[in-house]
Order: sequence, then C-alpha cells, then structure tokens
Amino acid sequence: MKILVCISNVPDTTTKITFTDNNTQFNTAGVQFILNPYDEIALARAVELAEGGKGTVTVINVGEVNTEPTIRKALAIGADDAVRINAKPHDAYFVAYQIAEYAKANAFDLILTGRESIDYNGAKVAGMIGEFLDIPSVSIIKKLDIDGTSATVEREIEGGKEVITIPFPFVAGTAEGVAEWKIPNMRGIMSARTKPLNVIEPKEIKTLSEIISFETPAPRGAVKLVPADDAAKLIDLLHNEARVF
Amino acid sequence: MSVLIYAENADGKFKKSIFEAVSYAKAIADQNNTNLVAISIGNVAAGELAALGKYGAAKVLNVSNDKLKSFINQAYASVIAEAAKKEGANIVVLSNSFSGKGLAPRIGVKLEAGVADGAVSLPEAGSAFKLKKTAFSGKAFATVELTSANKVISLTPNSYKVVETGGTATVEDFNSEVKESDFKTIIKEIVKATDKVSLPDAELVVSAGRGLKGPENWGMIEELANLLGAATACSKPVSDAGWRPHSEHVGQTGIAVSPNLYIAIGISGAIQHLAGISSSKVIVVINKDPEAPFFKVADYGIVGDAFEVVPKLIEAVKQLKAS
Ligand SMILES: Cc1cc2nc3c(=O)[nH]c(=O)nc-3n(C[C@H](O)[C@H](O)[C@H](O)COP(=O)(O)OP(=O)(O)OC[C@H]3O[C@@H](n4cnc5c(N)ncnc54)[C@H](O)[C@@H]3O)c2cc1C
Ligand SMILES: Nc1ncnc2c1ncn2[C@@H]1O[C@H](COP(=O)(O)O)[C@@H](O)[C@H]1O
Repeated sequence: MKILVCISNVPDTTTKITFTDNNTQFNTAGVQFILNPYDEIALARAVELAEGGKGTVTVINVGEVNTEPTIRKALAIGADDAVRINAKPHDAYFVAYQIAEYAKANAFDLILTGRESIDYNGAKVAGMIGEFLDIPSVSIIKKLDIDGTSATVEREIEGGKEVITIPFPFVAGTAEGVAEWKIPNMRGIMSARTKPLNVIEPKEIKTLSEIISFETPAPRGAVKLVPADDAAKLIDLLHNEARVF
Repeated sequence: MSVLIYAENADGKFKKSIFEAVSYAKAIADQNNTNLVAISIGNVAAGELAALGKYGAAKVLNVSNDKLKSFINQAYASVIAEAAKKEGANIVVLSNSFSGKGLAPRIGVKLEAGVADGAVSLPEAGSAFKLKKTAFSGKAFATVELTSANKVISLTPNSYKVVETGGTATVEDFNSEVKESDFKTIIKEIVKATDKVSLPDAELVVSAGRGLKGPENWGMIEELANLLGAATACSKPVSDAGWRPHSEHVGQTGIAVSPNLYIAIGISGAIQHLAGISSSKVIVVINKDPEAPFFKVADYGIVGDAFEVVPKLIEAVKQLKAS
C-alpha cells in the first residue's frame, strides 16, 4: 500500500495575525511555522496504517526551501520519504495540480490531506486532486480503516456522520478522530535527517485566483457586565437589546 | 450568461442556509444583469422547489434520477458542472456546508474556475471579481480575486441575509447523463441525531469548556440550548477528554461558526478557541475568573460560577417563554 500525505506549512496556532505592505502581505516577522495540525493527523494515521511493512508513506509539499524544517518534522513523525515541489503555493488549483501530476507518475493507493489548512482554510486541495486524477474524494473524515484494497471512512455531515466504503485509489481530507497527534521520538528525529527529500520543479499551470488584501475583524466594544446575582438581566438584554432570540 | 445556485436539500427540505445562498446568488445575478437558475438533486416535492422563486430563482432544474438519491460527491459535481455548461452559467454558487466543501473544488476543476470558499460578502462593484472570505481560521478576512472566466463561490452560512423577492420559479426536469465511474463510493449508513440543532449552521450556540468539570454536568448546558433552540458546542480539551463528541469542538482546529449568538460557559478564551468563533454577531461569556481573556472579545458577560449562573439563566428563559 502506497500512501501519499499532502502537508502544508502554516503559522503556529498561537500566532497573532497581522499584515504588512498596506495589508497585502501576511506579517511573518517572529512567526513560527508548523506542520498544519490536520495534516499531522493524516500523517499519524498513514504511519499507523503502513506500520509493520504494510506500506510506505511519502509526504509531499508545494513550497519553497523555507518549508524544509516542516518536511523534516513529518519525516521524524514517520514518513519514509518526502517530495518538495519547488514553488510558491499560488492557489489551491496550482497546488492540487502539482500534487496530482506527481501522483499520476507514482501510483498511490491512498492520498491524504488535512481537512483544511489553518491559514487560508480552503478545504479545496483534496477535492481538486480527486478531480484532476478522476478518482473519488471525501471532504472531511473522522475515521479511516483499510480492508484490503478498499477503505471504510466516516464522513462528517451536519448533525451526524455518514459511513462510506471507497475502493483504492482515492483522496480524503482528515480531521480529528482519524488518529491522535504523534510526538516524534528521538529515533525518529535522528533518522529524519537522512531520509530522502527530493526536490522537483513545478509544472506549468494557470492560477485562477489571487489574494489581494487582508483585514482583521473589527474590534468589539467593551463588554457589558451583568452581576451574577441578577442573571435574569442577561436574558432580558439578549432578548430586548441584542434581539438574538 | 446566468448564475447557477446548487440548492442542497436535507431530507427533502431546504434549510435557511440555502435560502441565504439563493438570496446571495440572486444579488450576484442582479449585479450582472442576468437571471438565477437553481439546481436541486434528489427527492424534493415540486412545491418546495417552486418556493425557491421567493428568493429570486427564475427556474429550478430538478434532478430526480434514482441513482442520485443520496449524496455522491463525484456524481453530484458532474451533474452541477454539466448544468452550468448547458445553462451558460459562468458563476456557480453553493452553501459552504460539508457537502458544499466536497463539491466546490471538483466543480472548480471541471469548469476551470477559481473557487472562493467560505465567502462572507458579495463581489465588489467594478471590473475585477473580488470578494471577502474568512482566512486564518477566523482570525482575519482575505479579499480574493477570481481571475478565471468561470467562478465558483461557496457562501459561509449565516453571513448573508435571506431576502424575499416574491416570485415563483418554474420547475424543469433536468436529465443528466451519469457516468458509472462517478459511483465508486458506497454509502453504508447515515447516522443523524435528528433532535439536535446542527452546529455549523446554527443561529444560536451554547458552548462550554473545562470549567464545567466533567461530562456529568452537561445536563444544564443541554437544557439551556434546548430552551433556546441552540446547538451545543465545546472547547478542544473537552472533546479530547471524551466528555463531548469531536463534532462539537469549535476553534482553529475544530469547526468555525458564525452564529448570531455564542454563549461561552467556563471557557478561558484561548486564541485557538477564539479563532473559530470570532465572527459570531453577539458573544456572551460566563466565567468565574474576571481576568479570563474571553471577556476581552465579549459583548456581554457575567463574572460568576457557572453552576449558580446557568440554572438562573434557564429559569429566566423559561419565564420569558411563558410570558
Ligand atoms: C495546536 C493547538 C490547537 C488548538 N485548537 C483549539 C481549538 O480549535 N479549540 C479550542 O477550544 N482549543 C484549542 N486549543 C486549546 C487551547 O489552547 C486551550 O487550551 C483551550 O481552548 C482551553 O479550553 P477551556 O477554555 O475549556 O479550558 P481552560 O483553559 O482550562 O479554561 C477553563 C475556564 O473555565 C473557568 N471556570 C472554571 N470553573 C468555573 C466555574 N465553576 N464557573 C465558571 N467558569 C469556570 C476558568 O476560569 C477558565 O477560564 C488548541 C491548542 C493547540 C496547541
Ligand atoms: N502547499 C501545499 N503543499 C502540499 N499540500 C498542501 C499545500 N497546501 C495545502 N495542502 C494540503 O491540502 C489540505 C487542504 O488545504 P486547503 O485547501 O488550503 O485548506 C491541507 O490540509 C494539506 O494537506
């Protein structure tokens, strides 16, 4: 079983988000970059599934050389080898195309992504890879079990879940529940240094979207405090002043 | 040219988030001096379909193929893209629901269309097609420009008002040729808690954190939520500990919500939690620690013990209902 896990390099979750150049660029000053938490879950599950010689795990990232520490982290968690497509990840269409082209040439049974990247939150890459390869894609899964050459997954839906079986090959975006986050051990960290990381150049493709500018949400006014012994007042305010019910 | 809206149904009915998306798509059609066509897939009664006209759809394409009774991502994407081509629609709108998230990228590739996921505004006036979407898990917004001729937009629930324009839509059958290779996935089972309000598109949310001490104390949270018709949610450590299901976890690594009211009880207000809820219209915080960071982003607050305050809130809501 050959598994490909798509990983992105994103600002740490504690980052206070600010912008520069007249709100056109994300301010990376002092920001620590990490492996996207959902991709880490995908990777953890892939490593579990491949354990004991049952398969191999390749991680792939579309990014410039600055993403390599994140790629090494993925190797430390247990991926066998890594690929970096040497390009700025222009938009999801561009990223998915690069990954799909690599996958076409390397016949994977299973391609995993995170449910979304925590920076641009597109939740798009998985579906786009699926379409480029004309194979099934499932958007958000919370459970993934393999049975020979097909899988049973649980897809999140409004107010519940759907249990689906899918034959290989397919693409899935993973969320919590699929696996626990894995902390790399010393052996993993040591071996990550010598595992193969192949850098390949991107293929030409149009980009279809572009981020023009950013803004942060408008700050809220000061909090209106209601005394604890007069809790009923809060319900009154929500009903008559804020009019939310 | 026209605008196509995919009207997703839930057990044969359209939810409010779909009326929002139809209203939104109608406004885009108006901006472009064109008409709005809706497409519905699955089993929906004719009256229900025609009622989409109230929100501005001129025509509804009804796909009632037996093979398409339940949601198959690949096949639905093929049908919607085919309808867009036949109708000459260069803008396709969806609701950013779980199914919408699965469909938008596939339709995008089929139509070679830029995808604006999680849109929260109408396209700006002007020749460039720009609109606002959420980014950094709710910590910011990005203005994205779709530079392609075709465009796909998925609208964040609760970010556009339902507008009734008052017409009736004509309903036409749409017979789509489905290809076998689109049906590789098989749905084994659908499990739904039908008595619960679904969190991603809830208008009111009652959420609780580690301050509640243990799963046995969620009775009062559920009671308050039930009385208000709200969905329940929780912080990450609560679902990690198994006190509540993962599907209730909101925040940067959970679900992002934008309800009209978010009540946070016994949640400290860590930056990762706030990321997922900061676009809520009204935020209420109940926390015994006056220094809890959550108060800094709240509109209303009570400094107090949840175990004393929540029962009082329940009483007050009961009284309000009775009056
Ligand atoms: C990579 C990463 C991603 C994360 N993603 C998320 C995420 O998506 N969502 C999320 O929620 N967290 C996330 N976190 C965790 C986050 O940092 C916080 O740890 C978490 O939100 C805290 O949960 P809490 O507020 O329920 O618990 P605590 O921080 O323990 O806060 C409990 C609060 O309850 C109050 N309290 C205690 N007793 C009472 C009482 N009787 N009455 C009233 N108030 C009381 C306390 O004053 C305190 O403020 C993430 C962390 C990391 C590292
Ligand atoms: N630059 C990238 N390189 C490799 N994989 C990526 C990249 N960007 C996003 N992904 C994958 O696609 C998933 C969804 O990303 P997005 O569509 O941006 O929300 C992420 O969780 C990753 O698994």
